[in-house]
Amino acid sequence: MNLEASTQQLSYIANQASDARVNIELETEGMTLNLGPQHPATHGTLRIIVRLDGEQVVSAEPVMGYMHRGYEKLTEVRTYPQVTTLVNRIDWLGSFANEVPFILAAERLMEVEAPPRAQWIRTALFELSRIANVVLFLGDMAVQLGATTPVFYAFRDREFVLNQIESVTGGRFHPNFDRIGGIKDDLPKGWIQETKDVLARIHSFCDEMQDLVVGNEIFQTRTRGIGIIPADVGLSYGLSGANIRSSGVDWDLRRDGGVGLIHDQLDWKVWTHPDGDSFARYWVRLQEVRESCKMVDQILDGIPSGPIMAKVPRIIKVPPGEAYVETENPLGVMGYYIVSKGDLVPYRVKIRSASFNNVSITPWVLKGVYVPDVISILASLYFILGDIDR
Amino acid sequence: MTIFNLAIELAYWQQTIIRSVLGLVAVLLPAGTLVYLYLFKMMSFMQSRLGPMEAGPYGSLQLLAEVGKFLQKEDLFPKAADRVVFKAAPFVVLASTFLLVLVLPAGPDAWFINIDTGVFLALAVSSISVIGILMAGWGSASKYSLIGGLRAAGQLVAYELPLVLAVMGVVIQAGTLNVQEIVFAQANGEIFGWGGIGNPFIITQFLGFMIFLVAIQAELTQPPFDMPVAESEIVTGYLTEYTGMRFLLFFIGEFATAGIFSALAATFFLGGWYIPGLDPTDNLFNLIGPLVLVGKMLLVSFLIFWFRFTYPRFREDQLQQLAWKVLVPLSLVNIVATGILKVAF
Repeated sequence: MNLEASTQQLSYIANQASDARVNIELETEGMTLNLGPQHPATHGTLRIIVRLDGEQVVSAEPVMGYMHRGYEKLTEVRTYPQVTTLVNRIDWLGSFANEVPFILAAERLMEVEAPPRAQWIRTALFELSRIANVVLFLGDMAVQLGATTPVFYAFRDREFVLNQIESVTGGRFHPNFDRIGGIKDDLPKGWIQETKDVLARIHSFCDEMQDLVVGNEIFQTRTRGIGIIPADVGLSYGLSGANIRSSGVDWDLRRDGGVGLIHDQLDWKVWTHPDGDSFARYWVRLQEVRESCKMVDQILDGIPSGPIMAKVPRIIKVPPGEAYVETENPLGVMGYYIVSKGDLVPYRVKIRSASFNNVSITPWVLKGVYVPDVISILASLYFILGDIDR
Repeated sequence: MTIFNLAIELAYWQQTIIRSVLGLVAVLLPAGTLVYLYLFKMMSFMQSRLGPMEAGPYGSLQLLAEVGKFLQKEDLFPKAADRVVFKAAPFVVLASTFLLVLVLPAGPDAWFINIDTGVFLALAVSSISVIGILMAGWGSASKYSLIGGLRAAGQLVAYELPLVLAVMGVVIQAGTLNVQEIVFAQANGEIFGWGGIGNPFIITQFLGFMIFLVAIQAELTQPPFDMPVAESEIVTGYLTEYTGMRFLLFFIGEFATAGIFSALAATFFLGGWYIPGLDPTDNLFNLIGPLVLVGKMLLVSFLIFWFRFTYPRFREDQLQQLAWKVLVPLSLVNIVATGILKVAF
C-alpha cells in the first residue's frame, strides 16, 4: 500500500547519502527560498518556506494566515440569513457551493426541509459553481506549467457559466441566493435552454483540454509520477475531494453523504485514478467537470414544479442544539458545525474548509522534489487562499 | 545600380555609417515585427482575444507606447547588487545579437561581412549571451535571479552542441563555412539532376532543420524551454530585478535574436535570400533579397512562436536529458549519414 511512498522516501535518503559524501569534501550551504507571500504561483498570499539543496527541496513549510478574515467569529454577530453573505467569500470561485452546507445545517436545526423544486435548483447551481471553479483550475494548472493558452480558454468559457449563475441569482461571484427553507427566486424565463447551450460549450472545452493539455507529452512528463500521494497518507492528512479520489479512494459525499441535495436521483459516476500523482489530480478533475455537466443536464430535464420556499417564520430563530453538515464542494469536503443557543445569531460556527487540509500535506509531499515540481504539485493540489485562511 | 554597389565605391567612413544604420535596422526591425505580429496579434488570436486595439489602427502603434512606457520608468538597482555587472549585463546580451546579424547575407552583394568562417563566427558569438545572462543572474543579488541565471547557463551550454552539430550537416553538404557560399550552393544545387528550385537543404537535411529549430528554441529560452525565466516559479529568473530601459534591452535582445536565428535557419535550410527561377547573381536580388529573407524569417519564426504559445515547459533536468540523450546522438547520426552520402554521390 505504502510502497510508492517508501520508495520515494528511500530514493530521497539515497540521494542525500550520496550527496553527503561530496559535501564532506566540498562544504555546500543550503539556501532558504521564500515562495510568497507575494509570488506569481500562489494566486493569493500563501507563503511557503522552502529549504533548498541546489534545486532539491530539503524541507517545505507552508505559512498560512496572511488572508485570515475571521469569518468564524464574524458569524457570531450576524443573523442566520446574513451569514451567507460572509461565507460566499470563502471559496470565491465557487461561491454558491459555500452557502449550501451552512443553510443545510441551519435547516437541520430548525427541522425544515426545502421543497423539491428548491432542492433541484440548489443542486443545479451547486454543480454550476463547481464547473465555474474547476474549469478555471483546468486552465490554471497549465499556466503554472508554462502553457499560456489554456487559461484564456478557461476564462472565456467560465464566463458563460458565470452568466448563467448571474441570471438566476443576480451575482456573478457572490450569489447570496440560498435561504433557509428554500431559495430566493425562481429560475428566469429561457434559462433552461441557455444553460443547455452553455453545457455544450463546457463539454467542448473539456475536449479541448483533453487534446491541448492532457494529451501533451510535455505535460505528461511534467506531471506523471510527480508528487505521488498514497491513499493512506492522503487520508491521514485529511485530504478530500478530487485530491483523495485521484489517489484511488472512492469517496464522494455527493453519493455517500446523503444530505439535502438530490445527487442520488441523478445518473452519474464517481471517477477515481489509481496513481495519486499530479497528472491523476488533473485528470480526475477533468472528468468531474464532464460529470457535473451531465448532472446539470439531467436536472434541467427533470426539474419538478412547485413552490421554492418552505414555510419558515419571518424572523428566523434557530432552536438550541448542534449540527454538523458537510458537502462535497468544488475543492473538497466543506462542513459547518453550528452551535445554537436559540438566538437570532449562531453561538459558534466552525468551518471545515477543504483547502486548509489539502495544503497541510505540502511538507510531506514536497520533500525531495525539485523547485519546478513544487509549483506543479501545488497547482495540482488546487487550493484557494480564501478557503485556506477563511 | 543599387545602394549596395554604390556603397562599395564610397569611402570607408561612409560605408561604416551605412552599415551601422543598416545593422541597427536589421536588429530592430525583426524584433519589432515579431513582437507586434506574433507576440501581440498571433498570440491573441490563438487565445481567442483581440490583443492591442487602441493605439493606432489594429494596435499598430502599441510598440511605440510600450517603448515609451519603459523609457519613462526609473532605473532601479537592488541594494546588494553588483552595480557594474548589473548595468553591463543587458549590453553584453545585446552585443551578441548585433554580432550575430553581421554574418547574415541579404543578397549577392548585400552583406555586412563576407568571411570564410561565417558559420563558425555566428555560432561563436551566439554564446556570448550566456555570459550576459550569468552576469544578470549573479549581479542582481536575488535568489530567483541566481537560480534563473544558473539554469540559463546550463541550458544554453547544453543546447549549443546540437545547434552546432545540426549546422555541420549543412556545412558538409555545401562544403564551405561561408554563409554566402551556402546560399549559392543551395541556389545552384540540383535535386537528382533537376535544378528547378535549386536544392534547399531542408530536403536533405530535414533532421538537421528540426534539431536546429529545437536548439534555437532552447537558446532563446522560449517555452517549452523557458525554465530559466519560468514566471510561475522563479518570478522571471534573471530578469526579476530589471526595470525600465535595461529590461527593454533584454526584451529587444530576446526578440531580435529570435528573428536573427530564424533568418539563420532560413539561410542554412531554406535558401536564404534566393527564390527559385532567377539567376542568383542577378543584381535584382540586392533589392528583393532582404524582403525574401524577411519573408522566410517570418515563416520560420512562426513555427518557433507557435510552439511557444502552445506547449508547457520542460523541467530543467528533463530538457538536459533531451539535449544530451536525444538531440546530440541524432545530430551525430545526421552528420555521419550526410558524410557517407556526400562521399558516395
